[in-house]
Amino acid sequence: MLSPRPYPLLRYAGAALAPALLLAALPDLARAGLVGEHDALSPAGPQAMHIDRLWRALLWGCTAVFALVTGALVFAVVQHHPAPNTHDLPAPARRRVVRVISFAVGLCVAVLSWFTAETLIAEHRLRGLERPEDDGHLTILVTGRRWWWDIRYEFPQASDIVATANEIHIPVGRPVHLRLVTADVIHSFWVPALHGKRDLIPGRENHLWLQADRPGVYEGQCAEFCGYQHAKMRLLVIARPEDEFHRWIAEQRLPAREPATESERLGREVFLKSSCVMCHTVRGTGAASRAGPDLTHLASRRTLGAVSVPNTRGHLAGWILDPQGIKPGNHMPPHAFPAEELHPLLDYLESLK
Amino acid sequence: MTPQDPRPCDAASAASDAAPPAGPRAYDAWLDEASLRRTWTRAPGFYGWLTATDHKEIGRRFIATAFIFFLVGGVLAALMRIQLASPENTFLSPDRYNQIFTMHGVTMMFLFAVPMMEAAAIYLVPLMVGTRNLAFPRLNTFSYYIYLFGGILLYVGFVLDIGPDAGWFAYVPLAGPEFSPGKRMDFWAEIITFLEISALVGAVEIVATVLKLRAPGMTLRRMPLFVWAMLVTSVMIVFAMATVETASVYLILERLVGTHFFNPAQGGDPLLWQHAFWFFGHPEVYIIFIPATGMVAQILIAFSQRPIVGYPAIVTAMIATGFLGFGLWVHHMFTTGLPWIGLSVFAIISMLIAIPSGIQVFCWIATLWNGRLRLRTPLWFVLGFIFIFVLGGLTGVMLAAVPFNFQAHDTYFVVAHFHYVLIGGAVFPLFGAFYYWFPKLYGRMLSERLGRWNFWLMFVGFNLTFFPMHKLGFDGMPRRVYTYLDETGWRPLNQLSSLGAVVLALGVLVFVVNVVRSLRRGAPAGDNPWDADTLEWAAASPPALENFRNPPVVDSRYPLWTRTPDAPVVVGLSDRVQEALVTIAIDATPDHRTVFPGPSIWPFIAACSVTLLFFGTIFTLWAVPVGLVLLTTSLVVWLWPRHPDADRDEAPPAS
Repeated sequence: MLSPRPYPLLRYAGAALAPALLLAALPDLARAGLVGEHDALSPAGPQAMHIDRLWRALLWGCTAVFALVTGALVFAVVQHHPAPNTHDLPAPARRRVVRVISFAVGLCVAVLSWFTAETLIAEHRLRGLERPEDDGHLTILVTGRRWWWDIRYEFPQASDIVATANEIHIPVGRPVHLRLVTADVIHSFWVPALHGKRDLIPGRENHLWLQADRPGVYEGQCAEFCGYQHAKMRLLVIARPEDEFHRWIAEQRLPAREPATESERLGREVFLKSSCVMCHTVRGTGAASRAGPDLTHLASRRTLGAVSVPNTRGHLAGWILDPQGIKPGNHMPPHAFPAEELHPLLDYLESLK
Repeated sequence: MTPQDPRPCDAASAASDAAPPAGPRAYDAWLDEASLRRTWTRAPGFYGWLTATDHKEIGRRFIATAFIFFLVGGVLAALMRIQLASPENTFLSPDRYNQIFTMHGVTMMFLFAVPMMEAAAIYLVPLMVGTRNLAFPRLNTFSYYIYLFGGILLYVGFVLDIGPDAGWFAYVPLAGPEFSPGKRMDFWAEIITFLEISALVGAVEIVATVLKLRAPGMTLRRMPLFVWAMLVTSVMIVFAMATVETASVYLILERLVGTHFFNPAQGGDPLLWQHAFWFFGHPEVYIIFIPATGMVAQILIAFSQRPIVGYPAIVTAMIATGFLGFGLWVHHMFTTGLPWIGLSVFAIISMLIAIPSGIQVFCWIATLWNGRLRLRTPLWFVLGFIFIFVLGGLTGVMLAAVPFNFQAHDTYFVVAHFHYVLIGGAVFPLFGAFYYWFPKLYGRMLSERLGRWNFWLMFVGFNLTFFPMHKLGFDGMPRRVYTYLDETGWRPLNQLSSLGAVVLALGVLVFVVNVVRSLRRGAPAGDNPWDADTLEWAAASPPALENFRNPPVVDSRYPLWTRTPDAPVVVGLSDRVQEALVTIAIDATPDHRTVFPGPSIWPFIAACSVTLLFFGTIFTLWAVPVGLVLLTTSLVVWLWPRHPDADRDEAPPAS
C-alpha cells in the first residue's frame, strides 16, 4: 500500500506552511509593551496546561486518523482498477469491503472513546482547580463594559478595595478567583496563555480560576462579539512574584497623589472643572463617577484604551484630544483643551502613579 | 418492443377516473404528445413567468438566485480579507465591517446554502423519482417569491446602511432594543422569520413528493441516495426552521412590542436566545451537509460505475445524523458557564455524530476502491470534498472536547473549522453536482479543461485561505474583529489567508466563465452522458416540460443500469390535465391519480402580502392588520376549491 502522506494537519506537520508559521513566530521576539504572551499552545498555568495536554492527544489522534483516511482515499484512486466491465460487484469483493468498513468503524469508535476519556479527564482536572468561593483566595471582580474591562480587587474592608482597568495583576503560583459579570452585553474573558474563555452574561455571574506559574505579561481579549469596537477590547494579565504583587496592591490602595508641582496643581484644577469628572474617578478628589475607568493610578498602567496604545505622554494627549481617532466608537468624547490647559492636565495625569 | 411502445404498468389501472383508455396500446395511440406538451406549457410572457409552477423552471430560478447570492456573499468575504490583510487597516470602518461579516453569514447560511440545497431538490427530486412535478406546485412558486423578496429586501437594507450588524447569530442583548436601536436588527429579525417560511414550505413539498409521487416500484429501499438525503433534510428543516422562527418572533416582539423574553431584570434570560438559536443553528449545518452527501453518493455511483457500497449503512447514517443533529446544540455554548455535567453530555453526543459521518466516508472510499473510476471534474470535486471534509470533521471532533473548546471557541480556529465543513462539506459537492447535472439542466456539457482549472484553483485557494486560520486561533485571534494590532504578530498568516482568498476567487471566476461559455458553445449532451443510473437521466436533456412521456416504472435501485428495452412504463395518465400517479409511501405501489393545480397568480400575490406584512412591520405595526387581510384574501382565492371535474372538461370520452 502506498504510504499516505499526511496533510499538514495542524501545528507541527506544516511542511507546506512552515515558512509562514516561522514568519508568524518572528514578531514574538520584537514585541513592544502593548502585548504579552497570547499563545494558547504555550501554557503558563495549570489550567492552560491541562487543556494543552488534551489538545496534544487530540492532535495526534486526529493526525493519525486523517493520514489513514486520506491514505486510503489516495490509494483507492491511484490503484489499478482491473474490474470487469459490469455494474455489479462480485460477492467476495463485497464481503471484503464489509469487513474493512466494519473494522474502520470499530477503529473510529475506539478513537472517539479515547477522546471522550481524555475530555472527561481534562474536565475533571479543571474542576479540581476550582476552589470554593470563600476559601480566602484573591478574588477579583471583572466587569465587562463596552469596550473595556473594569477590574476590582475585592477585600472584606471597603477601604482595601482596589479599582483599576484593563490590567489584572496577580501573584505568581497562586490560584486567583475571577468573578465575571457584565454591565451591558455579553462579553467573553479570554487570556489564552492561562485558560480558555468564559462568558460574561447579563443577569448571571460566571467564575474562572486562573493561575500563572511564571512571571510574565499575558494578553487577553474579549472573545464574544460585543458590538462596534469588539476588536479593541483587550486586557493584560501581569503575573509577578508575591512580594512585588503585594507592593503593587498597597500602592493601588492609596488615594491619588497630591500634585507636587504648580503645573500638576493646575492640571488637577483643569481635570476637576472639565467634563472628565462626569465619567471618571480619581480617589482623593471630588471625581467619583464610575462610567469610565478609574484614573486614580492611571500613570501606573501600561496602556490606554483597553490595550490600544502604550501609555505615553503623546498617546495620552492624543487620547484626550481625539479618542475616536485611536479607538473609533469608544464612549469617550473628544476634548479640545487649549495647550495651556492640556499640558498641565497631562502633567497631572502622568503624576497619578 | 421499443421503449416508445409501452407495456402496462400492472397497477396503472388503480386509477379511479377512467378518462383515458385502459389498454396500453389503446392508450399509446390515444396519447397526443402535442396535447401533453400544451397541458404542461405555461402562459407566455411576463404574466406566465410570474405564474409558472413547473418545478424545473422554479428550480432553475432558485439555483440561479442562490448562486448570485453566493457570489455576493463571496464579495463580502473578499472585502473582509482585504481589511484583515494588514493590521490596523482602515479600508473598512468597524461599523461597515460588522455589517459585512453579519451579511456574509446571513447570506451564506440563509440565502445560499439552504436555498441552494432545496433548489437542487426542487429541480431534481421529481425527475429522480420519475414524476412530472413537485407535490404542491403553487406552494413552490410561493416559496420562490418569498425567498427572492426576502433576499432583495435584506440587501436593500444593507445598501442603505441599515444592514444588520450584530452577527448572523444575533445574540441578545446586543441585538435587542437597548443595544441595537434603529432598524438594522429589525431587518434581520423580520427577514429571517420571513425567509424561513420559504425553507419550510420547500421542505413540505419535498417530503410529500418523495413519499407520495415516486415511480411505481421505487420502494424506499430503491430510492436514490440524494432523494433519501433530501427526505431526511426536509424533515429536519421542518423542526429546525420552526424553532428559529419562534426565536426570531421573540426577538421581533422584544424589539417592536417591548416584551422581556431575554431581559434578566424582568425574569427573562439572554441564554434562552442562545438555546433557541442553536437548537436551529446546529441542525442547520447538517441541513446543508446531508444533501451534499446525497449529491456525493450520486456522483460516486456514476463515476465509479458501481453500486454504492453500504447503501443501507449510508441511509441509516443519514437518519442517525438527522436525529443526533438535534442533540448537540449546546457545544456552541460551552463557555457560557453551564454546569459541567451538561457540558459532558453534549460533548459525548458531539463526538457520537462523528460515527455516522465516518461510516459514510468509509463507504464512499470503498466505492471508489472497487470502482471503474472515470476521473472527470465532478469526481475531482468529490475527492476534494472528502479530503477537506475529513479534516474539518476532525477539527469538529476536537471542538467537542469541552476544555479544548474553551480555548478554541470563537477564535479563528473555529472559523477555519466551519469553513472546512461548510465549504468542504457543501460547496465542493455543489460544484461537483453542478458539473454533473449541468448537462441535464441545459443539454450541454461544461468544459472539462476549465473544470480542472476550476477545481484545482478552488482546492488550493481554499486550503491556503483557511488552513492558516487554525494557527491564528491558537495565537489568540478572536473572530469578528475588524482589525488587529501589528504587535500581535497575526499579520503574516492573515496575509497568506488573503492571498489564498484571491486564488479561491479565481477558481469561482473560472466556473462562471465555464458556465457562460458552455451555455452557448458547450458540447451537446445526450440524455445520459455519464452512463448514470438514476431516472433523471432517462429524461431528455433538458427534460421536456412533462418530464417523461410515460413516467417510468422501477425494478431496482439502479434503474437505468438494469432497464431492459421493453421495460414497463406508466400508462393511463391524461394528456389534457396536469395529472400524476400517486403511490403508497413505502412500497410505491400505485394508489390513485391526482391532478396538479395549474399556474396561478395567487401564490405571487400571497408572497407580496407576506412581504408587506413582515417588511412593513419594521416601520409600522399597521402592516400587521393590512398584511393579514391581504394575505387571508389571497390564500382564500388561491385555495378556493375547484369542482372536481373542472379540470377534466376536455378529457376525451372513454373508449
